[in-house]
Amino acid sequence: MTTTEKTAAVSAPRTPEAAGSPLLQVRDLHVEFHTRDGVVKAVNGVNYSVSAGETLAVLGESGSGKSVTAQAIMGILDMPPAKIPQGEILFRGEDMLKMTVEQRRRVRGAKIAMIFQDALSSLNPVLSVGYQLGEMFRVHQGLSKKDAKAKAIELMDKVKIPAAKNRVGDYPHQFSGGMRQRIMIAMALALEPDLIIADEPTTALDVTVQAQVMDLLAELQREYHMGLILITHDLGVVADVADKIAVMYAGRIVENAPVRELYKNPAHPYTRGLLDSIPRLDQKGQELYAIKGLPPNLLHVPSGCAFNPRCPMAQDVCRTDVPALAKVADGRGSACHFWKETLHG
Amino acid sequence: MGRYVARRLLQMIPVFIGTTLLIFLMVYSLPGDPIAALFGDKAADPATVARLRHEYGLDQPLLVQYWNYLTGLLQGDFGQSFTGRPVADLMADAFPVTIRLALFAFGIEVVLGIALGMLTGLKRGKFIDQLVLVLTLVVISIPVFVLGFLAQFFLGFKWGVITPTVQDSMNLGQLAVPAVVLGALSLAYVTRLTRTTVAENLRADYMRTALAKGLPTRRRIGVHLMRNSLIPVITFLGTDLGMLMGGAIVTEGIFNVQGVGNTLYRAIQTSEGPTVVGIVTVLVLVYLVASLVVDLLYAVLDPRIRYA
Repeated sequence: MTTTEKTAAVSAPRTPEAAGSPLLQVRDLHVEFHTRDGVVKAVNGVNYSVSAGETLAVLGESGSGKSVTAQAIMGILDMPPAKIPQGEILFRGEDMLKMTVEQRRRVRGAKIAMIFQDALSSLNPVLSVGYQLGEMFRVHQGLSKKDAKAKAIELMDKVKIPAAKNRVGDYPHQFSGGMRQRIMIAMALALEPDLIIADEPTTALDVTVQAQVMDLLAELQREYHMGLILITHDLGVVADVADKIAVMYAGRIVENAPVRELYKNPAHPYTRGLLDSIPRLDQKGQELYAIKGLPPNLLHVPSGCAFNPRCPMAQDVCRTDVPALAKVADGRGSACHFWKETLHG
Repeated sequence: MGRYVARRLLQMIPVFIGTTLLIFLMVYSLPGDPIAALFGDKAADPATVARLRHEYGLDQPLLVQYWNYLTGLLQGDFGQSFTGRPVADLMADAFPVTIRLALFAFGIEVVLGIALGMLTGLKRGKFIDQLVLVLTLVVISIPVFVLGFLAQFFLGFKWGVITPTVQDSMNLGQLAVPAVVLGALSLAYVTRLTRTTVAENLRADYMRTALAKGLPTRRRIGVHLMRNSLIPVITFLGTDLGMLMGGAIVTEGIFNVQGVGNTLYRAIQTSEGPTVVGIVTVLVLVYLVASLVVDLLYAVLDPRIRYA
């Protein structure tokens, strides 16, 4: 089996016209960064897909390549130093990597939008939020300044910012963290895109506000029937909102599965380690489990399975052979030589 | 905002009194007797000297002299120079020239400096960036009088492009080369400052957001990058305008521009107390007002800044 066929099992039916045909398909994507110290292979053959109305959670530690993959989809990687030597990013069946710069720009914001982690630094500090929201309509739809402002107020209402009309002229620093993230969401939502990529949207927020923002995002996704890629390292956030999960490690997907099954019975030792390291109330007082070691330096990824130095199950084969993504069940895959043992262990 | 401006204006009063007093004391403690100098080589008649001293108030204690000067100043009277001309007249001749020269230099510095800074900031590490960096470094390391004499020698004497000295100090065409010389150093600073802030802001998160929003390059740079990058540059430009006005002594001297610098230089040489104090007072005022305007402008550009 080729890699593509294996992921096809994970994604929805293959015929483009079929119901729930994938909105976005990432195929065998590779991203490298050419730095002074050498070539950093940040993404090594990632495959995933999202359909309309579906939420894919991409889980992984810092440096796992989850954000880089998202930036490649958005087309906002700095190239150079980044390079995409291989792969396809199909949006509604069309490879975006083959589009012209101008075609790509028209997709950004209008068809695929992105929400960033830190709303304070991601919003322009010297422009009012009304201006920054209205800009979407002025640039993509040619609306007048006045109409764009009216639309901006509408959007702020939509994301439940109190007294939107009075606050449209305020600047980002005048809002609270949660409100700022709502503005980021409103901005992403402005042109009713087909797909939203949220890169750690709640990481910078208080726990109580996190839940509100996630609920809002989920609610709006249902309303507009958008695809959502939720990038996070927080397993708690994922459980409630995601349909399926892709776990990334050192630039590869090590496991993908529908959310319930992954939580119930992980098929990769890394996923198992992640789940075991969640603090639980019934284990109060005991030492918290942690995966030993550190994520690999991407300049010197260990040979074989990149996870082998940290893996409790590692055998000799893990140090020599890179495990392919094996089909565990329909819509499930695991890149582990011992996925069967993991699953039943 | 109104209260802030009022407070800043009030703060100017002690600064103003302090600087004028200092200048006053310094000028009058200079060696040499201006009255004796009026007689040149001839022996001075003691009676005439005493009469002149009394006329100019030089026989009174220094602080009384200062008080008289200050009260006169508040009524708009800058006093008389020892040649008998009112200082106000002298300044009315000199200031328009210097303002022209300074604004000319300022214009070059703003337009060219920001343009070059944006260009090099956006093309960091490329050939054009390296070239401009080296050139600005050269300009910064060369003292202004060397630059002035070089320009005068090559453009004026050798190639005859310009007259070596300025004949008509109000003629903008003739002021061009002095203006370039005067503005060169600041031009280099503005270029480097703009380059740094542009390169820094280019990496900012909000620029990534602007890209993700699908904004065209022109808009990303013209609206999002420019506004943020120019804030520190404007601060520099504001204080620099004051510097250009007062710092033209060398340039005006080289090119014989009949402006404030030249007048001030001559006044210092001849111990013309009232002229020196008068000119410096006005320069101090220009400086104070310029810095107030910059601070106000700063808040217009950056909404995060609040007056407290």
